[in-house]
Amino acid sequence: MEIGWIETTIGALFATAILTLWLSRGSGWLEPRFWRNAAWVSALIMTGILVYLTIDSLNQIREGSARVPAYTVINKAIGLKRDYEKHRDIPVIGDEVGFFGRTWSEEEAYALVNKGKLTLQSRNCMDCHTLLGNGAYFAPDLTRAWLDPKWENMVMSMTGKATKEEAMAEWLQHPDRYPTFARRMPNLHLSEEEARALVAFLKWMSAIDTNGFPDRFAGVQ
Amino acid sequence: MTEVMPKGKLYESQKLALLYFWVALALFGAQILFGLLAAWQYLDPGFLYGKLNFMTNRMLHINAMIVWLLLGFMGGVYWFLPLELGREVVGIRLARFAFFTLVAAVGVVVLVYLLVQYGPGNAFTLWFITEGREYIEAPRWADLGIVAVMAIFLYNVVATALKAKRITGVVAVLMFDLVALAGLYTAGMHYTPNISMDQYFWWWVVHLWVEATWEVLVGSIMAMALMHLLGTPRRIVETWLYLEVALVFGTGILGLGHHYFWIGTPEYWLGLGGFFSALEPIPLVAMVVHAVYDAGMHRMQTVNQPALFWAIAQAFGNFIGAGVWGFMQTLPQINLYSHGTQLAPAHGHLAFFGAYVTAILTVIYMALHQVRRADWPRFDSKLWKWAFVLMVVSIFGMSAAMTVAGFTQTMVERAIGGSTWQAYIEAQTHPWFQNGMVWRFVFGVFFLVSYLVLLWDLATIGKGRAAQAKGVGAHD
Repeated sequence: MEIGWIETTIGALFATAILTLWLSRGSGWLEPRFWRNAAWVSALIMTGILVYLTIDSLNQIREGSARVPAYTVINKAIGLKRDYEKHRDIPVIGDEVGFFGRTWSEEEAYALVNKGKLTLQSRNCMDCHTLLGNGAYFAPDLTRAWLDPKWENMVMSMTGKATKEEAMAEWLQHPDRYPTFARRMPNLHLSEEEARALVAFLKWMSAIDTNGFPDRFAGVQ
Repeated sequence: MTEVMPKGKLYESQKLALLYFWVALALFGAQILFGLLAAWQYLDPGFLYGKLNFMTNRMLHINAMIVWLLLGFMGGVYWFLPLELGREVVGIRLARFAFFTLVAAVGVVVLVYLLVQYGPGNAFTLWFITEGREYIEAPRWADLGIVAVMAIFLYNVVATALKAKRITGVVAVLMFDLVALAGLYTAGMHYTPNISMDQYFWWWVVHLWVEATWEVLVGSIMAMALMHLLGTPRRIVETWLYLEVALVFGTGILGLGHHYFWIGTPEYWLGLGGFFSALEPIPLVAMVVHAVYDAGMHRMQTVNQPALFWAIAQAFGNFIGAGVWGFMQTLPQINLYSHGTQLAPAHGHLAFFGAYVTAILTVIYMALHQVRRADWPRFDSKLWKWAFVLMVVSIFGMSAAMTVAGFTQTMVERAIGGSTWQAYIEAQTHPWFQNGMVWRFVFGVFFLVSYLVLLWDLATIGKGRAAQAKGVGAHD
């Protein structure tokens, strides 16, 4: 039998209760000793489970795993499709389409996404935007930003660029010139290299399996 | 209870605690100020655009909060520790050094935030300007400093207990908790391009601080406070503290899973996180039961009226802000749509205020009683009630406004609009959302007013003739 979350939950609670009762035999449940035992037993058991699950989770979210793609995914077409068994959207990685007109090797893709992540942190993106839903709420969520229809519907013609990645890089360097509503992103003086790297990061992030968040992005079928 | 200092006399550690409190209160003011600037930018996006952007105001708003709450907690521990152990804190000079270093470091970090704001995408920025990770934006050098200060703090608690040859239940919990607290902070100091792993450990700091170790830390401080404030027997206070630790760690550690729903982590977190975080309100209910019982036993009268009311507000605020508002959005079936909307700050504002601000204010009022009027049987003023009521009303007002805005986003942007950029704009320009932002700002201004009233009361309570007459006359 595979151990799932329900078995883990029931096991953790039972183990905590039984161990506490066994250690506290002889004292009533209103005595300090009983709850002192409960305190450290629950802290130890829950921490133990967390450590075990952390090792498992880290293995499952390593770049290049089924859930978190390799950085070379920036060379591929990325889309979303509805999984009708689980009723959630999952990323689909398609054919090789290149990125900024070329194919990036494993090392190059790593360096580019890494630069994008450094740019993301240095410009404090998270204090206006959310990433995977976490951050501030002054600007749109970026989880699936690469897949957002607005780049093609609006920003490509605004910036006069021929590809989505070029339009994104241009927009990111001069967001103050291309407003989309009353709240404009300030110009954070990204270099062209930083802007391209950030686009690579966003493209890579859009291919992470997020258990279906956000639901039905752009009306996925 | 342990030895009581002669009236009007203070331990050195308590004098230091007062410094912690005043700096904490000043940073509380900074938090409110930058919060108001950020709130105004929702209404007038051109305000300070390109000069002091939302991101900078917001970073200062939340960072000021973390630092002032930490200072308040440390002050609380330095205040009660000598009373609890019946002796002076051992490394008092070290503690003083840590305090001034921390204050200077905070000053430098704030100046860099304000004047430099951001940097190029490289390691230098992360080390010296900002790490750009919400809540732990502090540059890496400051992170190391925070860990060093926490280590000194931990050393002082442990060394004092060893020297006093007395480890009470409260002090044991405190020591254990401080080790976890300092250790967890180091989980937030690693860089990785992998955003899923980044957020995995980022939550070890953000969640396991706020929803586990801080809760226990504040529980220990409130335990010491209640023994002095209400004369509750140690046996009862410590049993409740153990119960709280068992429940907070029993639910909060795996409750961490509610942040692992959507960051790329495996599916089992949906069940685990949903289940355990749904139980997280239980210890908070237990505290409300205890507070109601205590307040009833004392017929809402005690040696320190403002401290009693802030202590009751702590129990209720923790339950409503952290418990109810958290539970509202913690199940994955709801969170799929509400995650990353204004519901999060609605919960955040109410929870941080209810669980932590109120606790620190309780301790500050207790300290002022000893400092100013140790001879008064009952510490009271007229003004604190105004600050109390106005502050509670305005934090609820802000949270209610953000809740309405958050529901609007959940429906318009997430459930109907498909979460795109355009859907975001549609929700943000929806009248329900915009009204929410207006009212959030209005209540924010009320909050600032209540803060000023509070400061005035803290500065004057127990001083002057009128107050003296009231305090002595209130003896019954």
